Amino acid sequence: MPISDNGYVTAAQQTAETASPVRAAAEIRKDFPILSRQVHGKPLVYLDSAASSQKPYAVIEAMSTYYETTHANVHRGVYEISEEATAKMEKARVKVARFINARQSKQIIFTRNTTEGINLVAYSWGNKNISAGDLIVLTELEHHSNLVPWQLLAQRTGARLEFVPVNDDGLLRLDIYEQLLQQQPKLVAFTQMSNVLGTINPARQMIARAHAAGALVLLDTAQGVPHLPVDVQALDVDFLCFSSHKMLGPTGIGILYGKRDLLEAMPPFMGGGEMIRTVGWRESTWNDLPWKFEAGTPAIAEAIGLGAAVDYLNALGMEHVRQHEQAITTYALEQLKAVPGLTIYGPGAGERGGVISFTLGDIHPHDLASILDQEVGVAIRAGHHCAQPLMERLGLAATARASFYVYTVPEDIDVLVQGLHKALQIFL
Amino acid sequence: MSMDYREYILDHYRNPRNYGKLEHPDAHAEDLNPLCGDQLAIDLQVAGDQVTAVRFQGRGCAISQAAASMLSEMIEGKTVEEVVQLGKDDVLDALGIPISPARLKCAFLSLRVLHRGLALAGLEKPATDDDEE
Repeated sequence: MPISDNGYVTAAQQTAETASPVRAAAEIRKDFPILSRQVHGKPLVYLDSAASSQKPYAVIEAMSTYYETTHANVHRGVYEISEEATAKMEKARVKVARFINARQSKQIIFTRNTTEGINLVAYSWGNKNISAGDLIVLTELEHHSNLVPWQLLAQRTGARLEFVPVNDDGLLRLDIYEQLLQQQPKLVAFTQMSNVLGTINPARQMIARAHAAGALVLLDTAQGVPHLPVDVQALDVDFLCFSSHKMLGPTGIGILYGKRDLLEAMPPFMGGGEMIRTVGWRESTWNDLPWKFEAGTPAIAEAIGLGAAVDYLNALGMEHVRQHEQAITTYALEQLKAVPGLTIYGPGAGERGGVISFTLGDIHPHDLASILDQEVGVAIRAGHHCAQPLMERLGLAATARASFYVYTVPEDIDVLVQGLHKALQIFL
Repeated sequence: MSMDYREYILDHYRNPRNYGKLEHPDAHAEDLNPLCGDQLAIDLQVAGDQVTAVRFQGRGCAISQAAASMLSEMIEGKTVEEVVQLGKDDVLDALGIPISPARLKCAFLSLRVLHRGLALAGLEKPATDDDEE
């Protein structure tokens, strides 16, 4: 039986081998203390994991143990606890590297989140390699975080942005992608999975086609790495960004992965401590990868927490995670379709991750979210999901969104459906 | 904090009072709540120191649209000076239910649009950042 670093054996580890994935979720829930709290006097039903996931004891304890026993600044002290802290943080980097099958841990840059990773590439790589008239290809599915940094780069450099459109099922028009590739873009940046529609894009195929056209690819895996097995070498992706807090880890830390030759050739993004080798009054030289891109004291406890989250997901197995989410999403799609007046957006369960955006009659999604919260204790997202242009393309001001993770059980969906019926009673 | 949807709120939402627009408004403003895409426009007709007509148009959640309808009823028949005095407490009193912090922007959208319209028409001094939440 696998045991995590702090010796904590989780319920997930005890049951992962014996139970079916959907059954196991009921056991997995016991690892998440927040899932036993109440809201408005009712048990919390948390269906907003696409915004941020909840945290298991293993992650919380890894961080509190670090603060209780080991905290000191890293890469500086020559005393025992500083060396231990450094070793723990660097061990987390190795865990992340293995988790996404990076060739070397120096290709794993700690950032604050996905957004910072994308901005790092847009500034450091973009300023050096993009000039007036160059084309950057994005898709209509992008979150603001994979859109606005490229808008800023285009404003700085005079580059052009083009977008792969979606069809009415929320799938990318790959025929138009091919046409855009014929215009020889310098960079293609797209999401592995839409946070609004749940669409899982054919990343491997799209990356191969981009490379054939001479473009580099940045993959936004904020919704990918937490939910799908990801292998950066098999994908042959050039840059890849994700956030810890959507994959059971703490907020405040994320990852930028890059191909080594690209990262080596890029100038620093931010200046400060840790990222330097030598510093003079008027010029300095840079540290090696990955620290060249990690100016200032890093989020040490958060890196260690992320390492514990990776251990936890490895113990479940990412194939199991995907299977469980497909099962729960299929169940949810069936149950939601039976609610009168409910409209679901996006593709079928086969091409969809654990995200369902919907509207109910003409009830505003914010009213729906308030009613679900107060009447049945269900937490969902309502609004534009940080994807305003996509919502406009779909002709929507806002949708309600339920999203699932390893701890979501069919009973959660049943409570959601009860809440939707209550909303219908109140409004119709 | 609970926020129930009382019958009178739903009534204002379904049957908004003073809905529409004025051909030649003396004061006009519109805005949207980027959080949820709520939209709201308010027109006022002013004669002397009296507000003689009010119309609003919008779309959005029950809280934002009911609050706008209730606000329009408060404006009717008031002097400009009295309308300038309308504030957050008046809107919250009219709604009569506790509004959760995340929904306050919905509740105050129409109030913000009203005061922007009055300021644009030179009927009150522009709001400072402190006045907007």
